[in-house]
Amino acid sequence: MVPLSWYLIVSFCLFGIGLVGFLIRRNLIMLLLSIEIMLNAVNLSLVALGHYLQDIRPQVIALFIIGCAAGAVAVGLILLVITYRNKATLKVDEFNLLRED
Amino acid sequence: MVLQGLFLYFALMILGTGILGITQKNPVKSLLWILLTFVHLGGLYLLLNAEFLAVVQIIVYAGAILVMFLFVIFLLDLKEEEKGEVFLKSWQLRVWAILLLVFFLVIGGLNYKIFYQGPYTIEFIEKEGHSKALGLVLFSDYVYPLILLGFILLVPLIGIGIMLFGRKTNGSS
Repeated sequence: MVPLSWYLIVSFCLFGIGLVGFLIRRNLIMLLLSIEIMLNAVNLSLVALGHYLQDIRPQVIALFIIGCAAGAVAVGLILLVITYRNKATLKVDEFNLLRED
Repeated sequence: MVLQGLFLYFALMILGTGILGITQKNPVKSLLWILLTFVHLGGLYLLLNAEFLAVVQIIVYAGAILVMFLFVIFLLDLKEEEKGEVFLKSWQLRVWAILLLVFFLVIGGLNYKIFYQGPYTIEFIEKEGHSKALGLVLFSDYVYPLILLGFILLVPLIGIGIMLFGRKTNGSS
């Protein structure tokens, strides 16, 4: 029997990987993809806790997270396409619309 | 023993392909590595007796969402984007800070105590069927959030229509 803490450790490490990818990559597509990794890590944590606490409601919440992620990705990708058409780049450190100088 | 071996295989593949995925220079390659991560996450759901979620994970995430990313990458023609640095400046500091966060999270996970035992035991789910048990909860207790989720999935459709067709083009596009 696999203990619960192993699943939690895998979930937290995957969340850390997604957060690192969100904070250090320059490409806007990779930022959206890192958000997906973080959502999956949270899903894994929810399902593991639901299995060990013998409840099924966390899996319902995981299904809702998957649905909301699909909507969020659609909005994010369309914003990305419009940004690429306006600025002709996807590097996040070259977006300086709100900078003062 | 077999379960632990399977778990270790899935866990190592998830973490390894995740790290490979966020460090690739080419977005298509990194997307394919992350697709492998999500398929292995589906395997981990199978180990947790959540077979419906495992199938949804593989169909919806690996089959729909990541393919949507792939189409957008093909649409954008990112030859110029691959030149230059992959990471932002001062990325080492951020990696160390997140490693500290993960360290504290792992300590918290190791000290977690199971405090509650719900009615959905493994025998109950095996007798009822996982999809039936999940569907009964989803369509009785969570029916209003489900309708709300339908509206949430309707909003991107309207948003895409407004943003793409209601926008003035400046001729270059």
